[in-house]
Amino acid sequence: MSTSYLSKGAVSAGVGLLLYVGLTYMLTNYGFRFDVGWFLLSISPYQWALIGIALAVSLSVLGAALGIFATGVSILGGGVKAPRIRTKNLISIIMCEAVAIYGLIMGIVISGSISSYSTTKIEDLALKYRAGYKLFGAGLSVGLCNLFCGICVGLVGSGAALADAQNSSLFVRILIIEIFASAIGLFGLIVSILQSNGSNMSD
Amino acid sequence: MKDDLFFNLDHGYAEGLCRGFKSGILKASDYHNLVQCETLEDLRLHLQSTDYGNFLANEASPLTVNVIDDRLREKLVQEFQHLRNVSYQPLSTFLDYITYAYMIDNIVLLITGTLHQRAIGDLLPRCHPLGSFEQLGAITVADTPAQLYTAVLVDTPLAPYFIDCISEHDLDELNVEIIRSTLYKAYLEDFYNFCKTLGGITAEVMCEILAFEADRRAFMITINSFDTGLTQDERAKLYPTCGHLNPDGLQELRRTDSYDGVRDVAARYPQYKVLFEGSGTNTGDKTIEDKFFEYEVKLNMNAFLRQFHFGIFYAYLKLKEQENRNIIWIAECIAQKHRTRIDNYIPIF
Repeated sequence: MSTSYLSKGAVSAGVGLLLYVGLTYMLTNYGFRFDVGWFLLSISPYQWALIGIALAVSLSVLGAALGIFATGVSILGGGVKAPRIRTKNLISIIMCEAVAIYGLIMGIVISGSISSYSTTKIEDLALKYRAGYKLFGAGLSVGLCNLFCGICVGLVGSGAALADAQNSSLFVRILIIEIFASAIGLFGLIVSILQSNGSNMSD
Repeated sequence: MKDDLFFNLDHGYAEGLCRGFKSGILKASDYHNLVQCETLEDLRLHLQSTDYGNFLANEASPLTVNVIDDRLREKLVQEFQHLRNVSYQPLSTFLDYITYAYMIDNIVLLITGTLHQRAIGDLLPRCHPLGSFEQLGAITVADTPAQLYTAVLVDTPLAPYFIDCISEHDLDELNVEIIRSTLYKAYLEDFYNFCKTLGGITAEVMCEILAFEADRRAFMITINSFDTGLTQDERAKLYPTCGHLNPDGLQELRRTDSYDGVRDVAARYPQYKVLFEGSGTNTGDKTIEDKFFEYEVKLNMNAFLRQFHFGIFYAYLKLKEQENRNIIWIAECIAQKHRTRIDNYIPIF
């Protein structure tokens, strides 16, 4: 990879600083101050859950957008000399759009589980934190799965449009590849629903 | 990955368009029909049913081969200009690089024409439209390469290629050919380095094609210089260094002085060994130029097998030019009623 000297220098400086700080803490017996548990507990479960929603929607939309522009532009280009491909290839665009809809659905489902609480008992608070982590996990899994699904469907769709312009018997074959590609987005949706199940934050 | 992911953002439309143009390239069945034609009018009729359509519709009835040649070239230039107009950086720089080769040809054409005392008005229409630039008409005022550079070429994109050619010798016949070869060598190496910096699939596809072009130039310069007064050292300065022959093959080529010597050098490289074996100087064989054309067509066709790179634009232009040469060959055979070698076109698809 062609990284410049500046970025290499910046990365090594950062790593060096971290090493220095970590060793100082460890060797001066102040290692207890580096408290991951305290950090996690001080972030409220609302924060985790709402970031989960944000990731679910935004990453899904990013994947769908990358897919739609990749396919759409190829349909435009190929459609100039082969106008018959224009309508058939909109299926690829619809499949990319479905990816964004999965993100939307999960966003709604996750936000339905969020509600305010007022307990102070440790056992109940633990359940609230669990709910927050579960919703964050759900949002992250559906977001990332849909991101890569959208990219994949879009790139395959671009190839499908150009191949269809050359030889119309190829379109249905390449569509099968796209169907497999869009199945991986569905996996993300299913896992995410399983994760967000039973994660209720109300008292 | 950045190749695949973001290529369509700027260049997807141009790629789709170029592939659409490529699907209009004549197939084997079209050539079969064209070869059966008896007259040029038949040829026009058969070309109407292909992607060419009515491009000859407005021509007067006794068609000549020159008219067909002009119309074919005009259509190609239109398509290329359209692609250039819809392109963004860095595709537009890439397409500009392709046109520099035609600029070099135009400059040499004008200089040679001036040496033979032809008027500038006769020469300018014969220039290739893809290689036109603003100062083209001013070339005839120069007497030496140094004048040519300082007066005309320093503002054109060809300026960096001219550094090796500046001298105070007068522009005469032999000198002009050497200027052409030197300019082309500098251009080819510059283009090769540009494709390398683009990286990714473009570099893989284009560097293969340009390396073959460099080696082909080296072979042809060697073969064509056997009976001229060109010394071995002068010849060696004209070999482009961006091919597979660099550096051992070029050293060997410099020392050869017969066609068999060239064949021996080519035998060391498997892809060229095959080409030289299939050719010969007898009347029934294919010449080495034909074999080179065939190999070039094969490399250009392979460029279309990959997506998300700029090589298809270069390959499309070269394939279209080859198709034009094929059609003109068939038209000439028909016009002169000399049909024995009409099948010697280079098939593309």
